[in-house]
Amino acid sequence: MFYCILCYNLESEIDAWTREKWAAVLAKRETVTHKLAAEGRLGPVGRLMPTTTAMTVRASREALVLDGPFAETKEQLLGFYLVDCKSLQDALAVARDLVGDTGALEVRPLATFYPGIGLQSPLGTSPLPRFQ
Amino acid sequence: MTEVAWIGAALTAARPQAVAALLRYFRDLDVAEEAFQEASLRALKSWPVNGPPRDPAAWLIFVGRNSALDEMRRRNKHDTLPDDDVIPDAENNEAALVERLDSSAYHDDVLRLLFVCCQPDLPATQQIAVALRIVSGLSVQEIARAFLVSEAAMAQRITRAKRAMAESAVAFETPGPVERAERLTTVAAMIYLLFNEGYSASGGEAHVRVPLCEEAIRLARLLLRLFPSESEIMGLTALMLLQHARAAARLDANGNIVLMDDQDRRLWNHDLIAEGLILVEKAQRSGVPGPYQMQAAIASVHARAVRPQDTDWAQIDQIYSVLEVLQPSPVVTLNRAVAVSKVRGPAAALQMLESLAQPLAGYFHYFGVKGALLKDLGRAAEARVAFNQAIALARTPAEAAHIRMNLDRLNT
Repeated sequence: MFYCILCYNLESEIDAWTREKWAAVLAKRETVTHKLAAEGRLGPVGRLMPTTTAMTVRASREALVLDGPFAETKEQLLGFYLVDCKSLQDALAVARDLVGDTGALEVRPLATFYPGIGLQSPLGTSPLPRFQ
Repeated sequence: MTEVAWIGAALTAARPQAVAALLRYFRDLDVAEEAFQEASLRALKSWPVNGPPRDPAAWLIFVGRNSALDEMRRRNKHDTLPDDDVIPDAENNEAALVERLDSSAYHDDVLRLLFVCCQPDLPATQQIAVALRIVSGLSVQEIARAFLVSEAAMAQRITRAKRAMAESAVAFETPGPVERAERLTTVAAMIYLLFNEGYSASGGEAHVRVPLCEEAIRLARLLLRLFPSESEIMGLTALMLLQHARAAARLDANGNIVLMDDQDRRLWNHDLIAEGLILVEKAQRSGVPGPYQMQAAIASVHARAVRPQDTDWAQIDQIYSVLEVLQPSPVVTLNRAVAVSKVRGPAAALQMLESLAQPLAGYFHYFGVKGALLKDLGRAAEARVAFNQAIALARTPAEAAHIRMNLDRLNT
């Protein structure tokens, strides 16, 4: 089974980290990711750009494009897409195509990306829940 | 990383919001600062034992407010000191507190805190110094070092600035849209001054003082997180990111200035550039142009050019023409003249400089540009005069050295 491990922290605190702190955090993570890669278990890894670069496409009669990250707490994180886009405008167009009748999609560029070792999916590829 | 170091980062990060909330509560900057100081000391004791609170700012506001209230009661009644355990355990109350913080207008608190540092009567460097002390929490010693003055002189400046701040009336009500926009404009200008103080030091030896630039970017990001739709704050953040991205390439091993055309572009920080470019695009979507966005757009044209000869000078000239309308200034026209020299040649650019001779008579870069244009036109004697005038106006040894290099080239 694939597991997505999502990173949360206070952005204002990350902004105040020293170079030494960054180095220490990355070094610790790398010991884990190297091991996982060697075992053939590591998929794509990315660090997102700051939330200041984010935009949100919210479902509405006509999709609303808002500045800033997804901020509501009523909805839950359900999935993600990773798409290669030429520009923010391009990415927003993709999100507009994707957005449904409800919910929201946050569009945020990646700051760093590691593609992983090319995992073979043990999962179905149907976008629908299995019981349907 | 030691425990004290991570607590330090957490305190630095929480400081603007915590001091701002305490300022709204006590309406006195000294009390707010002391309360935050006291809360920080308690954090240093409590956090290593109990682990970091989920919302450090909420914890610090809560503990700071209680300790300041206790202090006031103690002074008023000459009571005996209350025990430490009398103060309610912040950890247990945090959940309720976070709820209240979220619903309060804390983004206006932070804006107010930054705004009170921008006293119009104070010289710009004092505004910056006091913001670094109060908002960023830098020590007087650190600020003195950044401004290359003695600690005693800086302490005196900050005390004077704080007195002026205490005497000025600041509105504590939630600002209306117009007042909020005015505050944002004033604060943005102060943050950009701080950045420029680091980017092109106005005196002293160091030409690029990275910590000041990074602090300015940190404050701009903080402001943008609080006001995510403000396109000029996007523009300001982008502008500083794109300029700071070139920091490593701006000086050579001997500390001499390297002009953009001669910079090793591999030394540019492409992470910062990528972030800056996105913010420029995001700001452009707003359809509300402004001076910071235009300057950021110009910086983004430079950033996108892989080699100097790839630079789209016609586009830069065009953006400057918009900036000249939005923010007419002889310095903007001077910069446009540089773009014009690339598109239409040095003669056209030199003609643009004619109207600037008087307003920029004391401006280093005016004579630097004039000298370079005259040099390109083969008018060596006049170029020499302009370069000598530039040297007389140089504010740092690096600026003077750069012009001397041009003079040497004239002589060969």
